[in-house]
Amino acid sequence: MGAKGAKVITVTSGKGGVGKTTTTANLGIALARMGKKVVVIDADVGLRNLDIVMGLENRIVYDLVDIIEGRCNLRQAMIKHKQFPDLFLIPAAQTRDKTAVSPADMIQIADKLRPEFDFIVIDSPAGIERGFRNAVAPADEVLIVTNPEVSAVRDADRIIGLLEAYQKGPGKLILNRVKSEMVRKGEMLSADDVTDILAIKIIGIVPEDEQVIPASNSGIPVTLNENSRAGIAFSNIARRLCGEDVPFMQLNEGGGFLQKIARLFSGGQGE
Amino acid sequence: MSGIFDRILGRSAARGSGATAKDRLQFILVHDRINLPPERLQQMKAEILAVISKYVSVDSDNVDIALQQRERDSFIIAEIPFSQEVDSHDEARRRFSQQTSGAIPSDPDDDG
Repeated sequence: MGAKGAKVITVTSGKGGVGKTTTTANLGIALARMGKKVVVIDADVGLRNLDIVMGLENRIVYDLVDIIEGRCNLRQAMIKHKQFPDLFLIPAAQTRDKTAVSPADMIQIADKLRPEFDFIVIDSPAGIERGFRNAVAPADEVLIVTNPEVSAVRDADRIIGLLEAYQKGPGKLILNRVKSEMVRKGEMLSADDVTDILAIKIIGIVPEDEQVIPASNSGIPVTLNENSRAGIAFSNIARRLCGEDVPFMQLNEGGGFLQKIARLFSGGQGE
Repeated sequence: MSGIFDRILGRSAARGSGATAKDRLQFILVHDRINLPPERLQQMKAEILAVISKYVSVDSDNVDIALQQRERDSFIIAEIPFSQEVDSHDEARRRFSQQTSGAIPSDPDDDG
């Protein structure tokens, strides 16, 4: 992966609830399944969540703040995934707040991990304050997750502006929870609309998928479900992060004959 | 070609709320990005026009000053036509020269 080892990817959004943690968990799993050595870091100190989405909540002994404050070494805080021995999680502390971590701490931890891994994926907290700055400080690349809704897109634009100010920008966009039927009716922003508005590159379009919540419920990220379209979309993002040129999949498959013909001519909504 | 299919599928018959969302976002993000609310922009436009009118006569009915985006960069684009009436142009210039000659203090080095 180049002279300095792992590529550090931070997943952020500005607005809460758009799917950062789901995205981080799924990218971690998808990269590991491709044979990459991966560590995912939950940088949302005080609101720990990545562990439960990945099904690793019962095995936490030490956390990010324990590393920083010297109560354990890096190895001791890394939880190995049950199914993928080359995938590790560093959980957030649950009883502390963001001020227990500094951007310099995050850079130091990432630099210690780089030689041993291919990817370090960091789950950022919502907002634009300290926690966000901690999460993006060590990033080589930033992924901005948004939904096709006015509030989420506006917040994404603010994040992109801040990333540019921190020399981390502009980042790449993941458009999550796209409802192709609503886009088709003109009642939802399309991927083209959102990339027009934000003027940055898009790396993934994830359809709304009822299999995402059951996957979180059971701690088995949806990308392990071969029948899930959201799962496939997350795998495709992981492949693009590895440099593969993966075409965006058609969202509204399974429509009627006319829709299929129409898509042939108009180029339907991407993945 | 796709327009025909759009019509068959009932698309684009009416503008949906998706298009409204796009318009609203494009408007608000221009102002967000340069941290200049619409009201302040109006104020700035008025001042720009006032300054230009001091020098030349402006066709104020056809002035267009607007914010524009290219990729993620913001620009202010101003189209300010001069008034066609030469008389009023000269009038504006005379008025201005009177104002400035009164306003500029005499240079102390000129005295000797």
